Amino acid sequence: MTPLLEVRHLSKAFGPVQALRDLSMKVHAGEVVALAGDNGAGKTTLIKAISGVYRPTSGEVLLRGEPVQFNSPQEAREKGIETIYQDLALADNLTIGANIFLGREPMRRAMGFLPVLDRRRMAEAAKATMALLDFHVNRLDAPVSNFSGGQRQAVAIGRAVYWNAQILIMDEPTAALGVPEQRKVISLIHQLKAQGRGVIFISHNLQDIFAVSDRIVVLRRGVQAGERRIAETSHDEVVKLMIGG
Amino acid sequence: MTTPEPPLRAPDHVSPPADHADKARTALQRIADLRAWLFLAFLILAFELWSRASFGGTFLFNPFNIQSIAIFAVAPLLLATGQTFVIISGGIDLSMGFIMGLAAVVAAHVINWATPGMGLPLAVLFGALVAIAVAAVPGMVNGLLVSRLKVPPFIGTLGMFGVARGVAFLLAGGTTVPVQNSFFAALGNGRFYGVPWIVIVTAVFVLLMHYLLSQTRFGQHNYAIGANVQAASRAGIDIKSHLLRLYILSGVCAGLAGFLYAARFSAGAAQAGEPLLLDSVAAVVIGGASLFGGSGTILGTVAGAFVIAVIQYGLVFINVAPFWQFISVGIVIIISVLIDQAQRRFSGGRQSE
Ligand SMILES: Nc1ncnc2c1ncn2[C@@H]1O[C@H](COP(=O)(O)OP(=O)(O)OP(=O)(O)O)[C@@H](O)[C@H]1O
Ligand SMILES: [Mg+2]
Repeated sequence: MTPLLEVRHLSKAFGPVQALRDLSMKVHAGEVVALAGDNGAGKTTLIKAISGVYRPTSGEVLLRGEPVQFNSPQEAREKGIETIYQDLALADNLTIGANIFLGREPMRRAMGFLPVLDRRRMAEAAKATMALLDFHVNRLDAPVSNFSGGQRQAVAIGRAVYWNAQILIMDEPTAALGVPEQRKVISLIHQLKAQGRGVIFISHNLQDIFAVSDRIVVLRRGVQAGERRIAETSHDEVVKLMIGG
Repeated sequence: MTTPEPPLRAPDHVSPPADHADKARTALQRIADLRAWLFLAFLILAFELWSRASFGGTFLFNPFNIQSIAIFAVAPLLLATGQTFVIISGGIDLSMGFIMGLAAVVAAHVINWATPGMGLPLAVLFGALVAIAVAAVPGMVNGLLVSRLKVPPFIGTLGMFGVARGVAFLLAGGTTVPVQNSFFAALGNGRFYGVPWIVIVTAVFVLLMHYLLSQTRFGQHNYAIGANVQAASRAGIDIKSHLLRLYILSGVCAGLAGFLYAARFSAGAAQAGEPLLLDSVAAVVIGGASLFGGSGTILGTVAGAFVIAVIQYGLVFINVAPFWQFISVGIVIIISVLIDQAQRRFSGGRQSE
């Protein structure tokens, strides 16, 4: 089966700093792949090279077997690769629906001629999408600042889901959250997997990684230190891969 | 554009129940959003009671008072509508006052020049178009400075404040420019069923601006940019072109204000908008916008502009020394900002860690 996403021999240098060297990995549909590694190992660099933020120095990215090159995150998004940023790319003063549709708001004609924002459609889509993530909201008219961190993370994921992202990339999605909220995000990742999407997520939390991933790719100083199926490895082994030796 | 429907598939993993945004908090935000209108109602009531107690006459139900307040509010309100957009985006436009003066002078000159050739009404129309087009130029420069060169709005528009001021005084030759056009004077002082024309023009324009802010993508993007530029940019909004259009819009508002000023006084004056800039910022803040960006409405700004106009006119009406106007408007501004900050601490504290 062709993987949804494949990275082949990817390298990225920032001047003299070789942040990523000859890295290869695959993500299949319905699969969650965790990226682990010490600080500065190159995890963020890898996902930015995939999502069009950085141009890889060498190597290639294949989407469903086709080589692709993204010049911007927008281009990657158009091809169904969505990155959920840790610092929450939401406009806090807008509703869930307005955030989902930000930049591509639906319009309708009031009184048959006047173009106005179709808020009802945004609210309905928000409700349906969030329900799909098993997240049932009633306050569709409230700004997202009224929701908790985990809920806002869910909104960001909901936006990706609504726009049919097939691959979701998350950089430390649970890092800023309390424990119950972390659980919620983990369960969201389960939902995405169940829907047949591919997920790449970076985490420093082995418990989260073991709770939700199928495979783990460990990076060390820019190179792949190992790749394991979660079912066939242990915390100890992963830690050893991370620190080396 | 095709909108993909979310794939319909029953979730087969059960997450912990989602809790909901606090209802009481949302309700309180609503009330806080209305604070300018509540305050306006309170003010009018206070002046009404005072007026009845001390002169045995009415304040509110006197058509002359209402008209005077409305005429008084025209220019600050027009500046404040443009300022509302700019402040919501997280910026500020300090140049509006002198852009208004510049437009007033240009309108006066152009109408004087065009009246012999074009006839009365056409010359006025032409004057309006040229004045507003000229006002759009400094707006555009503001927009380019802020969007392309990343100059902070406070500084960029402060520079344009100086430039517009100088050019306006140069064009006016250091004095006021009287206009000889009876149609223009009729527009500035005439009434339609008792309502001054300039009030009607302003009301229609403000309504359009309300539509623009609350019902269009431009307005929606303006809120998003004010709350989180990064998020807006990641969502694919073209920030540069938005900011450019935004500051042009602000210039156009000032241009219309200048044109109506010239109509009202049958003269253009470079300093027409000088005292109004701060009133316009005050109206926006009293109207519930936050100077941090991301919030505010045109309707709130309308209330804010009327709060200021009612205070200023009302204090004169009840024979209080005019200096009290400054003090009371100042106090109202400070109270509004305090309310805004309390509201932020209350509702939006979590995202600013
Ligand atoms: N824009 C950049 N310019 C120069 N060097 C960079 C840049 N981005 C990353 N680096 C370097 O590349 C290496 C990998 O960084 P990266 O951010 O990918 O690590 P990471 O695995 O995400 O770490 P963390 O767990 O701390 O987030 C580091 O040595 C970092 O200093
Ligand atoms: Mg990182």
